[in-house]
Amino acid sequence: MTATVLAPAPARLPAGHAFARVVRAVRSNRKATAGTVLLVIFILIALFPGVIAHDSPSLDNYKPQLGFSGTHLLGTNSFGQDLWAQVIFGTRSMLEIAFIVGLATTGIAVLVGVAAAYLGGVWDGSLSVLTDVLLVIPLFPLLIIIAGYAHGDTTWVLILSITATSWSYTARQLRSQALTLRNRDFLEAARVRGERKLYVIVVEIIPTMTSLIVASFLTNALYAILFSSSLQFIGLGNPSTVSWGTTLYWAQSEAALQNGMPWWALAPGLCIALLGTAFALLNYAFDEIGNPALRPVRKQRPARKAGQSND
Amino acid sequence: MRYVLRRLGFFILTLWAALTLNFLLPRLMPGNPATAMVAKFHGELSPGEMHSLEILFGLNTHQNIAQQYVSYLHQLLTGNLGISLSEYPQPVSSVIGSAIWWTLGLVGVTTVLAFILGTGIGIVSAWRRGSRLDSVVPPVFVVTSALPYFLVGIVMLLVFGITLKWFPTEDAYYVKTDTPGFNATFIQDVVNHAFLPALSLLITLIGTWILTMRNTMITTLAEDYVRMARAKGLPGWRIMFDYAARNAILPNLTGFAMSLGFVVSGAILIEDVFNYPGVGFMLLQAVYSEDYPLMQGLFLLITVAVLVAILVADVLTALLDPRTRESR
Repeated sequence: MTATVLAPAPARLPAGHAFARVVRAVRSNRKATAGTVLLVIFILIALFPGVIAHDSPSLDNYKPQLGFSGTHLLGTNSFGQDLWAQVIFGTRSMLEIAFIVGLATTGIAVLVGVAAAYLGGVWDGSLSVLTDVLLVIPLFPLLIIIAGYAHGDTTWVLILSITATSWSYTARQLRSQALTLRNRDFLEAARVRGERKLYVIVVEIIPTMTSLIVASFLTNALYAILFSSSLQFIGLGNPSTVSWGTTLYWAQSEAALQNGMPWWALAPGLCIALLGTAFALLNYAFDEIGNPALRPVRKQRPARKAGQSND
Repeated sequence: MRYVLRRLGFFILTLWAALTLNFLLPRLMPGNPATAMVAKFHGELSPGEMHSLEILFGLNTHQNIAQQYVSYLHQLLTGNLGISLSEYPQPVSSVIGSAIWWTLGLVGVTTVLAFILGTGIGIVSAWRRGSRLDSVVPPVFVVTSALPYFLVGIVMLLVFGITLKWFPTEDAYYVKTDTPGFNATFIQDVVNHAFLPALSLLITLIGTWILTMRNTMITTLAEDYVRMARAKGLPGWRIMFDYAARNAILPNLTGFAMSLGFVVSGAILIEDVFNYPGVGFMLLQAVYSEDYPLMQGLFLLITVAVLVAILVADVLTALLDPRTRESR
C-alpha cells in the first residue's frame, strides 16, 4: 500500500481526528454502514438477551420438535429447548470470543509487526521468520489437535489457542506498512530528539497506523468467529456453554437435518454468517478507504487543520 | 536460483517448526494426555509398539527433554508414526493411506476450479468496472467469503441431498453395493458423492480469488503500459488478457500460501458435514476416539502437504516472474 504523501499533511494525526475520520469514512461508505448496523444489532442482542428472548436457553421442559409458533419463534429441538432463546443467548459468548481474540491478536500483531519493521536487523529477521512460519502452518488442524489434547473443557482454551496462533497474517501487513514509514521525517525528528525506541513505537508510529490497525482487528475478529464456531461445531468447544457453535454441534449430533428440524442448524449457522459478514463488510470498506483506487469516484474531502492533543 | 534456494530453506525451517510443535504439544499440556491413552491399551500393545508411543509422546522415559527430542526426530525420520489405537493394530501410516486419496481428489479439483473460475470472474469484473456485473460481484462474494464452511455444507446437504434427493448425503461411494475399481458405475458414483462437498468448498473458496484478482487487476489497469496498449488500438480482449491479467495473476499466485490453509480447514469441516472419508474426517475421528498417534500423524501429513504445495507455488512464481530471481 502506498502512503499518500500530500505535502502539507501533518505527520501524525491526533487521536481525536483519527476517530472523526473513521466515523466520517463509515458514514460515507455503504459497505461500512451496513457492517456497522449489523454489528450494533448483534452487540445490543448480546448486552440485553433477556429483553428479546423470554425463555431460558438451557431449560429443556418444552415439548420437543415443535415448529414455528408465537411462543416458540423458531420452534424447539429434540431436547425440548427453545431455539430462539438458544440463538439469542448464544450471541454474547460468540461476541466475547470475537472481541477478546480480535483485540489480543491485534495487540500481538501490532507489537510484532511494528517492532520488526522499526528495529530492523536481527529483530526483523527473527520476528519475520516467526510470522512467516505461523502463516504457512495450517492453523485449523493445529487448533484441532490442541483442543484434542486439552479436551476442550473451557472456552479459555479456545480463546488462548486461537490467539496464540492466528496473529501472523495481520502482523505481516502491519510490518509492511510500518516499513514504509521508517524513513519519514517525523521519525527522523524523534530520533534526533533522542527518544527511546519504545516511545517512538508506541507514541509516534502506532497512532499513524490507526486505520490499518482497525482493519487488522476486523480481520482477526472474523477469523476468531470462524475458527471458534468451527471448533465448537465439531465438538471441541465446551458442550455445556450456550453458543452458536455448540448449538450447531448438538444439531449435527442429533441429525437435525435428517429428522426434520433444519432450523436447529440453520438459525445459529445464519447468525454466524451474518456476524462474519458484518466484520467482512467493515473490513473491505476499510480496504477501500485505505486504497482509493478501489472505491468509486466521489467528492474530495475538505482539507483538515492540524491540531494538538494527547493520546 | 537464490530465490528458490531461500524458499527451500524456508520450507525446511517450517517443516522443522511443525515437527517441533508436534513434539512439544503433548508434553506441554498439563498432565500428559497420552498417559491415559496408553494406560487404556496397556497389555494389548507389544513392547515395540509401546516403545514407539513412548518416544512420540514422552512417556515413562528417563531421558531428559533434549534426548527425547533426538529420539523423536530419529523415529519420525525413519517414517515410523506409531500404531493407530482406534484401528489397532494397523500402523498410522497405512491408516492414513486409505483416506488420503479422497481428500487429494476433492481438494485438488476444487482448488484448481476455484483458481480458474475465480480469476476469470475477477478479470472480467475489473475489466467491466462499474457495469452491472461488477456491481453484483463484489458484494455477493464479500458475503460468501465470510460464510462458515460448515454452513454452506449444511445448506447444500439440506437442499440437494435431503430435500431434493439429487445427490447422496454421505460416504464417498455406495459402500454396500459398489465394488471399487475402474468401472463406469463406480466412477459415476464417486463423482456423484463428491459433487456436493466439492460444490460447498468451491462456493466458500472462490470469493477470495475473485476479490483479490479484481483488486490487483484494477491496480494493473491503471498502469501506463495498459494505456499504451489502448493507444495502439489493440483489441479489448488482448489488452485484458495479455497486458493486464497476465501481470495481475502473479501477485495472486503468492496469495496461494494463505488460501491453502483455508482449503484445508474447509475440507475438514465439509468432510465432517458429509461424512466424507477423507483425511479431515479421519482427523476428527482420531480426536473423538483419543487416538493421539493418528492425530499427530494426520497433522504432520496435512502440514507437509501444505508446505510442499507452497514450495511448488514458489518455484512456479520464480519461473514465471523474472523479478523474483533478481530482487528480494
